[in-house]
Amino acid sequence: MGEIFALVEHRQGVIRDITFELLACGRDLASKTGGSLTAVLLGDKPDAFVDSLKAQANRVMVIDSPLFKEFNSASYQGALSQVLSSEKPMVTLMGHTAFGMDLCPSLAPSLDMPFTTDCLALDIADGKVTATRQMYDGKLNAEVTLRQAPSYLLTIRTGCFPASDPGLEAEITTVDSPIAAEPDYRKFIEYIEPVVGDVDITKSDVIVGVGRGVKDKDNIAMVEKFAEALGGVVGCTRPVVDSEWLPKDRQVGSSGKTVKPKLYVALGISGAFQHLAGMKGAETIIAVNKDPNAPIFAEADYGIVDDMFKIIPALQEKILELKG
Amino acid sequence: MNIIVCIKRVPQTAEAEVKVDSSGKDIERERLTFDMNEYDTFALEEAVLFKEKFGGTVTAMSVGREDAQDTLRIALAKGADSAVRIKAEDFDEIDAIKTAQLLKAALKDIGYDIIFCGSIATDDAYSQVGVALAQLLGIPHATLVTQIEADQGRAQVHRELEGGLLEHLDMALPAVIAVQSGISVPRYASLIAIRKAAKKEIKTIGSDEIAADDLRADIVIDKLFPPPVTKMAEILTGDPSEVSEKLSKIIKDKGLI
Ligand SMILES: Cc1cc2nc3c(=O)[nH]c(=O)nc-3n(C[C@H](O)[C@H](O)[C@H](O)COP(=O)(O)OP(=O)(O)OC[C@H]3O[C@@H](n4cnc5c(N)ncnc54)[C@H](O)[C@@H]3O)c2cc1C
Ligand SMILES: Cc1cc2nc3c(=O)[nH]c(=O)nc-3n(C[C@H](O)[C@H](O)[C@H](O)COP(=O)(O)OP(=O)(O)OC[C@H]3O[C@@H](n4cnc5c(N)ncnc54)[C@H](O)[C@@H]3O)c2cc1C
Repeated sequence: MGEIFALVEHRQGVIRDITFELLACGRDLASKTGGSLTAVLLGDKPDAFVDSLKAQANRVMVIDSPLFKEFNSASYQGALSQVLSSEKPMVTLMGHTAFGMDLCPSLAPSLDMPFTTDCLALDIADGKVTATRQMYDGKLNAEVTLRQAPSYLLTIRTGCFPASDPGLEAEITTVDSPIAAEPDYRKFIEYIEPVVGDVDITKSDVIVGVGRGVKDKDNIAMVEKFAEALGGVVGCTRPVVDSEWLPKDRQVGSSGKTVKPKLYVALGISGAFQHLAGMKGAETIIAVNKDPNAPIFAEADYGIVDDMFKIIPALQEKILELKG
Repeated sequence: MNIIVCIKRVPQTAEAEVKVDSSGKDIERERLTFDMNEYDTFALEEAVLFKEKFGGTVTAMSVGREDAQDTLRIALAKGADSAVRIKAEDFDEIDAIKTAQLLKAALKDIGYDIIFCGSIATDDAYSQVGVALAQLLGIPHATLVTQIEADQGRAQVHRELEGGLLEHLDMALPAVIAVQSGISVPRYASLIAIRKAAKKEIKTIGSDEIAADDLRADIVIDKLFPPPVTKMAEILTGDPSEVSEKLSKIIKDKGLI
């Protein structure tokens, strides 16, 4: 009754952090349903992975096959649809990651399982599953209830369920791969590593992050001068890269670089969670945004609600004065 | 090539105040501006580039109320050849999976060789519709796509993973390709094209064509509420010179200059 499954996510031979967050979330749900938690691990000779999962769940279910060396949602769907149909867990969790986003919305309807994505919090009471999500550029949260059914599929946002070590001793079970080959209609070929640029922003103590508020490529020069006055480098949000105002290796966030500078100055950045994921480890965060409701202010230590083009020259002048 | 692009009309909320309406389950729309979902501008551009390369037509489809026609006209002005609106007002409790069911039903009489979607709608942010639509149609999919090249019924696709790592997939067509932002630089519409698009007919499909009883939603919204404030920046006030004075002192005290 009320069994919980959590899908282990790994890439290039490493278990991804989200896995331990899913397991923490899964333990919480299992305590509510009175069921047990199973870590579902698809991999190629994943013994080392099993070791790091043992203390995290009541059971580790291992499907060992070269087919699962890398992630291919088509292979995973083939295998998991059979596993979930026979095991019938009440809830299956996966990360709201490039992995889960590509798998959950097709796997769930293939099994007629209600699903929802990018959950920040979950609850189960009286057989009803409710999830908290974020909408409208992080300005509102929503509580949603899923259609009642025997099984549900949910993806979880990174950073919402802190990993812990509950010291469990998992039973290890193995299952033969339910599929014999990677589907011909979708084949994994290779990984392509991100391009390395001239400046490694992860090495800098001071980063001036610039967002869409900069408005135009021509304004980047002004931000560069400002960063220079602070002795730092310029990083940016994804839309700035999409517009080709700065190169990809300057992008901070979940699909860019993770930085931990002493100081991060966010100029004209709204504070989307994908950007925050890359810079919230900074020691001090200063945000300048003309919108007082911008989510960046909930992450920053100091904030200025004003036009960045008025603040940049004034602040640059004061800093140069102090530097003497 | 029969190229489909799925487009959502969304409120622009990055710089606006977003308020919950009296039902507690929706937002106040009156003071917001609406436009094409940003990710769909990239999907549309990719669709039009495909047409320019392989020939054929681009059909833009949207599940929306009457005002979604304005957004479909933008698609027409930027290179779509025809547009279909699925009448949201004819159906209730539309969620992502129901949106996918409606798109599937509307595609019944339209052939397709490739379907472009965005990887996320910026308002509700589920990242579901494209991938779910592929499942319902029984065709392959890839989401977060940053590059696609098609040849002889196959496509070489790059997907973007965390940290900017890419993965290269070899896929069969037809497929649903849900694009990541930045896959191309969306074009602007010319004034002439906008004027021409204003006169084009937009086909509508509603409950006369699609049986509402066959559709099913997975979720309902119980309530919307502002995120709880757990932490808040110390806001420095004053004119630019005053706040800069304060801030530069803070930076200096922290030993950063
Ligand atoms: C799978 C996925 C991965 C992603 N990865 C990343 C990532 O790695 N990094 C990333 O950054 N994003 C990423 N994103 C995109 C992310 O969701 C946001 O769209 C993006 O971070 C928004 O960038 P922004 O803050 O520059 O723009 P916006 O959200 O448009 O915000 C612009 C801000 O500038 C302010 N502003 C405008 N003019 C001024 C002015 N004159 N003075 C002061 N303030 C002003 C506005 O009030 C607004 O808050 C990803 C999205 C997805 C779906
Ligand atoms: C008029 C209207 C009223 C609605 N009312 C409600 C409501 O009361 N309660 C509720 O829970 N939901 C409601 N919805 C549904 C909700 O707004 C979303 O459209 C739905 O949940 C899809 O999720 P998403 O927008 O996050 O899309 P995602 O899955 O994030 O979108 C990914 C991609 O799918 C395509 N896509 C998404 N939506 C559409 C669309 N409508 N038409 C064409 N292509 C699309 C686009 O290519 C997009 O880039 C309503 C939708 C509409 C259009």
